[in-house]
Amino acid sequence: MSVVGQAELLEADAPEREFAVYVRDLVKRYGEVEAVAGISFEVGQGELFGFLGPNGAGKSTTISILCTLVRPTAGLAYVGGHDVVGERNAVRRQIGLVFQDQTLDGYLTAEQNLRLHAELYGMDRAQIPGRIEEVLKMMELWERRRSLVNTFSGGMRRRLEIARGLLHSPRVLFLDEPTVGLDPQTRTSIWEYIRRLEAEEEITIFLTTHYMDEAEYCNRIAIMDHGRIVALDTPDRLKASVGKDRVQLATADDRRAIAEIKERFGIEARLAEGKVTLAVPHGEQFVPRLVAELGVEIRSISVSRPSLDDVFMAYTGRTIRDTEASAVEDLRRRATMWGRR
Amino acid sequence: MSTATAGRPVAQVARVRTSQGGLRAELRAVRIVWYRELIRFSRDRLRIVTSLVQPFLFLFILGTGLSTLSEHDRFHVSLRTLFYPGVLCMAVMFTAMFSAASIVWDREFGFLREMMVAPVRRASLVLGKCLGGATVAGLQGLLVLLIAGLVSVPYNPLMMLEVFAIQLLLAFTITAFGVMVAARISQMQSFMAVTQMAIMPMFFISGALFPVSGLPTWLTVLNRVDPLTYAVDPMRRVVFAHLKLGAVERAAFDGGVSWWGYHVPTAVECAVVLVLGLAMLVAGIVQFSRTE
Repeated sequence: MSVVGQAELLEADAPEREFAVYVRDLVKRYGEVEAVAGISFEVGQGELFGFLGPNGAGKSTTISILCTLVRPTAGLAYVGGHDVVGERNAVRRQIGLVFQDQTLDGYLTAEQNLRLHAELYGMDRAQIPGRIEEVLKMMELWERRRSLVNTFSGGMRRRLEIARGLLHSPRVLFLDEPTVGLDPQTRTSIWEYIRRLEAEEEITIFLTTHYMDEAEYCNRIAIMDHGRIVALDTPDRLKASVGKDRVQLATADDRRAIAEIKERFGIEARLAEGKVTLAVPHGEQFVPRLVAELGVEIRSISVSRPSLDDVFMAYTGRTIRDTEASAVEDLRRRATMWGRR
Repeated sequence: MSTATAGRPVAQVARVRTSQGGLRAELRAVRIVWYRELIRFSRDRLRIVTSLVQPFLFLFILGTGLSTLSEHDRFHVSLRTLFYPGVLCMAVMFTAMFSAASIVWDREFGFLREMMVAPVRRASLVLGKCLGGATVAGLQGLLVLLIAGLVSVPYNPLMMLEVFAIQLLLAFTITAFGVMVAARISQMQSFMAVTQMAIMPMFFISGALFPVSGLPTWLTVLNRVDPLTYAVDPMRRVVFAHLKLGAVERAAFDGGVSWWGYHVPTAVECAVVLVLGLAMLVAGIVQFSRTE
């Protein structure tokens, strides 16, 4: 057991072994194209960390490097305390993976898929049945364990992939676009499962998404564009960095209200969507003052935070709609690939 | 996990114990990949039936049809019987190729990725796949072996055992070939095209359907280069050893393979097939072990 001692000694002064994921100056070039252009970040133990960015931003390449499937051109990457290049198998034992495309064997039952995984990962035989039951129940697939995966819906397959990714108790679970191609209802339910396992399993979750609403669930998000991380922080702080909250109010006399707001607070308000609209930092703190000091009767008031869409726009210069459009394009491409099969 | 997670608060939930690698873990991987092939084969009844069609066509349609053309008085044994060893090889070849094709399939459907990220050597995965393909093809060959009586070949236990052994060997080599090709080709259509291009000429040149002694020089050269020759010839020797053949048939069909006058013994022929299979297995492993 001297290995343990050594490992712990190393951990004491080696940050790359402390974090669930530790990346420094990571680069991946394919010929002329720089898919990942020198990124650095780290993910703490137990964090729910998201990579947000349009298709082709380098998210999937980064995940592939972290999963040891792709060799980086330059830079360092540690996952679960192990070097993704030098200690590939050690990394593989520490991680669970759910890919964008399904990677189940449709000709096997749900249980057989999991059993195969358990054997490939060299799980302790005595623990296999219990753990299979545990993950299948967590993903609510226990009743369907003997059904062929071919008979599963898209949502069920994704849940089974998550169950399989969890089977060997990984320390880091990678979810590459876990909800892409699913209908909104199924997306919501997949997220319920993700949040449940965040609570029930001691695990770090690393996901990529191009859905803004999903990025909201993350503890921290990194916005990626053209192979670089352009912003990295909690969703709230990212939004705060971008702009002010939007306050809208309906009053008895809008014209007077606008004039009065300018006079008392020095804030330029305008009429938008039929309401007096103004932008202020910390809208929720501003509203009580507004209510107390405004001499006009207020009928209703609303505060909305800047959305991640605003953040995304600010950092990448593109709107989400552009991204979504390319996502649809991506789906269409995939659909035609299916057609050719 | 014990070395990495010891002393970490994170690891306190009842974590599953996984192996730290080593031979046992690799063998488990080989076994499960092999076993998956068996499960899939047993599920695919249609494939079992359809892959029998081709051997039957050659045996009964071609065999019967051609026999009306041939000089009846020369052979006292039907062409079906003479074709039988070749067809025994054929039954295995196409199934083995189909097994290898499932790698391409697995890649298209993503399952290959699940295996590629597992903490085991790629060699174990490739080996499991080849053994699985060989077993499945061997089982398929067994079905053709069972109809021996229909073409007046006796059910001799020793013969059947020897035939089965050669079938397994051939199946292994063909699967290894298919896996090697599949490492490079990611689309099913291309894979099928390439393997058909390779397998059909190999099958015809191997002498599965005609004797290989006394051929024109160009065909003799092709024949001796064709690896399949070294599986078909032992198969024929084994089957013919248990037939009551006249001197004419034996001379015509059982001439055997020779290299510059040297009559190649069965053991050497089998060794050729085995070595080739192992070489292609290694080539396949090397290609699958590459990381981008």
